[in-house]
Amino acid sequence: MIQDYLILSIILFSLGILGVISRRNVFTVFMSIELMLNAANLAFIALSRLHESMDGHVLAMMVMAVAAAEAALALAVVILLHKHKGKLDTNVFSLLRG
Amino acid sequence: MENTATYLGLIPLLPLAGALVTGLLHMLTCRRKPLPELFYGVVGCIGPLLAFFFALVLFFHLKGMPAEERFLSHIPYTWFAVGDLRVDMGFLADPLSSLMLLFVTFIGSLIHIYSIGYMAGDENFGKFFSYLNLFLGSMLILVLGNGPVVMFVGWEGVGLCSYLLISFYSKERENVLAGNKAFIVNRIGDFGFVLGVSLLFWAIGAGGFDYLALQANAGSLTPGVGIAVCLLLFLGACGKSAQIPLYVWLPDAMAGPTPVSALIHAATMVTAGVYMVARFSFLYVQFPVAGSVVAWVGILTALLAAIFGLFQRDIKKILAYSTVSQLGYMFAGVGVAAYSAGIFHVFTHAFFKALLFLGAGAVIYALHHQQDIWKMGGLKEKMPKTYWTMLIGALALAGCPPLSGFFSKDEILFSALAHGHIGIWLVGVVVAALTAYYTFRMIFVVFHGQPRDQHAWEQAKDAPAVMTWPLLILAFGAFFVGFLNLPGLFGGGLRVSHWLAPSLVESHPHVGLGVELLAVFAGVAAFVVGITLAYRKFGKGATEPEYRGFARFAYHKFYVDELYNALFVQPYKAFGGVISRILEPKVTDLPVRLSTWLYRWAGNAFKVLQVGYVRVYALYMVIGLSLMSLILSQSIN
Repeated sequence: MIQDYLILSIILFSLGILGVISRRNVFTVFMSIELMLNAANLAFIALSRLHESMDGHVLAMMVMAVAAAEAALALAVVILLHKHKGKLDTNVFSLLRG
Repeated sequence: MENTATYLGLIPLLPLAGALVTGLLHMLTCRRKPLPELFYGVVGCIGPLLAFFFALVLFFHLKGMPAEERFLSHIPYTWFAVGDLRVDMGFLADPLSSLMLLFVTFIGSLIHIYSIGYMAGDENFGKFFSYLNLFLGSMLILVLGNGPVVMFVGWEGVGLCSYLLISFYSKERENVLAGNKAFIVNRIGDFGFVLGVSLLFWAIGAGGFDYLALQANAGSLTPGVGIAVCLLLFLGACGKSAQIPLYVWLPDAMAGPTPVSALIHAATMVTAGVYMVARFSFLYVQFPVAGSVVAWVGILTALLAAIFGLFQRDIKKILAYSTVSQLGYMFAGVGVAAYSAGIFHVFTHAFFKALLFLGAGAVIYALHHQQDIWKMGGLKEKMPKTYWTMLIGALALAGCPPLSGFFSKDEILFSALAHGHIGIWLVGVVVAALTAYYTFRMIFVVFHGQPRDQHAWEQAKDAPAVMTWPLLILAFGAFFVGFLNLPGLFGGGLRVSHWLAPSLVESHPHVGLGVELLAVFAGVAAFVVGITLAYRKFGKGATEPEYRGFARFAYHKFYVDELYNALFVQPYKAFGGVISRILEPKVTDLPVRLSTWLYRWAGNAFKVLQVGYVRVYALYMVIGLSLMSLILSQSIN
């Protein structure tokens, strides 16, 4: 039972990693990161249920809050990047200096 | 009294503060609009004058104390303490240092005032006063220091200022080279000084390292160590006070402005060596062998420099060689354990030699930087004040009774005779005759006879009052200070010697009236012979002679500079060339070069991995994490 949840979590996480590594659109990369976070959340909840403790829930709530904050920040960065070069291709942003 | 002792700390501080203020202001303003010269002149003179005032206060305070207790000490703070060695930044005033203090600040102040006139119009006016103040401060630290280490601070300070001021007109290569020469030759001497002081510390430093403690412990020195210390210290003195074999820098040092030659290279700094030997009189008295070496080196230097002085044509070089020669006398004095006579000659020499240099400066100033005496002549009518003051200085230098130089020189020669050093006495008398001869050769050629350069002669006139007043005051001093130490023969009480007695360890052998009279008559006879010969040859006008044979040899200073150049400078340069061309790049730098090459290679190798795409870095991270997880899982199982 618990394995199913964890396997699903691993699949989701791997998909996220794959997305970060292989995709070039900034938005897609960003969404992949969110996917990884939620995969981790799923694992937390599942394990929390297994151990019958609320710790995992607490951490999951925390991760959600962080993800929300991060989303606000990351979207602002994406807008700036777009203003800067007019593109959202990560390959364009390969230099440390603007 | 506590209050008076604290002046001791204040005295060196005043000129140093002046140096800081003038130096900083000059630095900040010289690029844009320089401050008026009068400002620098006044600020530059305040420090020395105040120092002189406090020196007077101190002197009279000491004079008011009983003779045996004349000792003031002031220790503002401990400089450093390492193991046995504890060095205080301490100052002390006893009869010896207070006498030095008095004339250093007095003559220093006069020369500062004179410089306002002499340096007028120079673009680095402020810098000059800053250096001059710095010099005076260092000299006062040297004189007032309560131990060899504090003395060494001043010792190096005056050396630095000497270097800076010799190369003051730094746009000409020759002046810079002269400064370098002075500095390097002095370093050789300083090396000896440092070794001597270190040896002294090693031997008897455990019981404290100021003069008092050293004097108390000096008895436990073994003869070998003691003589080595004395000779090493004397090597330091040779460098600073221009004695054989390190005298070569002083004549070249005349490249600096004339007030500098007067203050540093005649009146004060170069006498530091004599002062140092007198300070360590408790050592030299124990080891008469070392004293004899000092005396013989001194008197031979006096002879050699006097011979060189006979043939020079640059007015400042003549005076420079006479300075070397007189310093030789002083060392002869302190060498035969007549410390007070040596110090007294330092004292009188400061007056008449500063006077002669400042007079020469006035002549050079009037003739628009002409220093060749064979282009002068007949200046007596044009520059009466300079002539008469310089004449007094020359008479004092030549040892004409009853001027100051006569008494001090006579005291040294008499002491040499009284202590049984007949050879030194004989050479000394010959040198006295030579001194009278070359001094009056200069006076006759410069001031008497017919003008050799009509155009320059017509334009020559006495210097402005700010320059002539110091001359007059110094002439007064050069005339009368000799009476302070009038020997018993002339009804005096040797007051300077008695004043100095508590600081020095010396003995006065009792000899008959005959010996005393012999010394006096020999001195007077030497003076008369010298001046008569000079008058015969140059008194009624003379043309520049052709030098042949020995004279030519002496004119070229026995080719000593060339000899040093060939013996030391060139081999050293070649050695340096070998080091810079072979040893440094091929041997010592090899590991350094290798490591830079290694880093560059590694950087190039890893450059390929650094592509700049975020997703590739993410891939590296995933790979790294995967490997880490793999290893961890392996190790857990």
